[in-house]
Amino acid sequence: MTSAPMPHFHATVRVGLRASVLDPAGDAVCAAALRLGHSAIQSIRIGKAIEVQLEAPDAATARRQLESLSAQLLANPVMETWSLELHHQEN
Amino acid sequence: MQVGVVVFPGANCDRDVGWALAGCLGWRVTFLWHQDATLPKLDALILPGGFSYGDYLRCGAIASSAPLLRAVADFAAMGGPVLGICNGFQVLTEAGLLPGGLIRNRGLHFICRDQRLQVASCCSPWLCRFAPGDSLTLPIAHGEGCYHIDPPGLRQLEDNHQIALCYLDNPNGSIGHIAGVSNKAGNVLGLMPHPERACDQATGGTDGQVLFQGLVDRLGLS
Repeated sequence: MTSAPMPHFHATVRVGLRASVLDPAGDAVCAAALRLGHSAIQSIRIGKAIEVQLEAPDAATARRQLESLSAQLLANPVMETWSLELHHQEN
Repeated sequence: MQVGVVVFPGANCDRDVGWALAGCLGWRVTFLWHQDATLPKLDALILPGGFSYGDYLRCGAIASSAPLLRAVADFAAMGGPVLGICNGFQVLTEAGLLPGGLIRNRGLHFICRDQRLQVASCCSPWLCRFAPGDSLTLPIAHGEGCYHIDPPGLRQLEDNHQIALCYLDNPNGSIGHIAGVSNKAGNVLGLMPHPERACDQATGGTDGQVLFQGLVDRLGLS
């Protein structure tokens, strides 16, 4: 008898600088956007999206693991915030 | 004086630190691989500059989880003197051994030049040959040296005399002009400037020697 395969999950962790933290790269991109005529642009902030594949017995466990990973490694809470999107994947 | 210099993949100042301490100051230098889990008997520990793990994710983030960092944290907790230089400073903040963090320079440029600095507090044993208000010149070379901490954290640094060095003309946008901070006890110090590059008159100055000699004074070693 074989055990059921562990469910697979895909997550996107979005990490960005806190609103109070200077983002000179975002400012530089914003200046370029304005130079190109995108005059409606008011500000640009640059972050990163980190794609994670994982196995977990259920979505709640997957979320807990990802929250721990995000707070511990993927984002530095001193200067960054993060958010998480979790999707179940068919095996 | 027996000092350990941590070697991470991507570090490029470990040999400079070794050369300065052994060649200019006569210290005995042991290079420590990041995957080691224990430390030999040491008087002090230095995390050098460079680009540990290619600066992937954030500067110093991946190095902060290296096996050797647990031993570094234990050494620091027992009062051992630890100095993080540039990327080493970033690693110490990422590891939670120093407060705050380092982000992209305000002007986006990588800045490589001699930098005038002022000693804000000399509570750290590394700075005991200085007095508050003393000025010195050390080279800087970084793209992500803008020190950040939230306002309550900054007040705490001020109240505890943890701001060690300040820039005289703030080249990178650091909050409070901060170039270096210590932990509350003072034994762990992080600096963006490179004291190891200012240990020989032939390479442009010897102000960095004063910092290292101060530790020898404080420890009563030679």
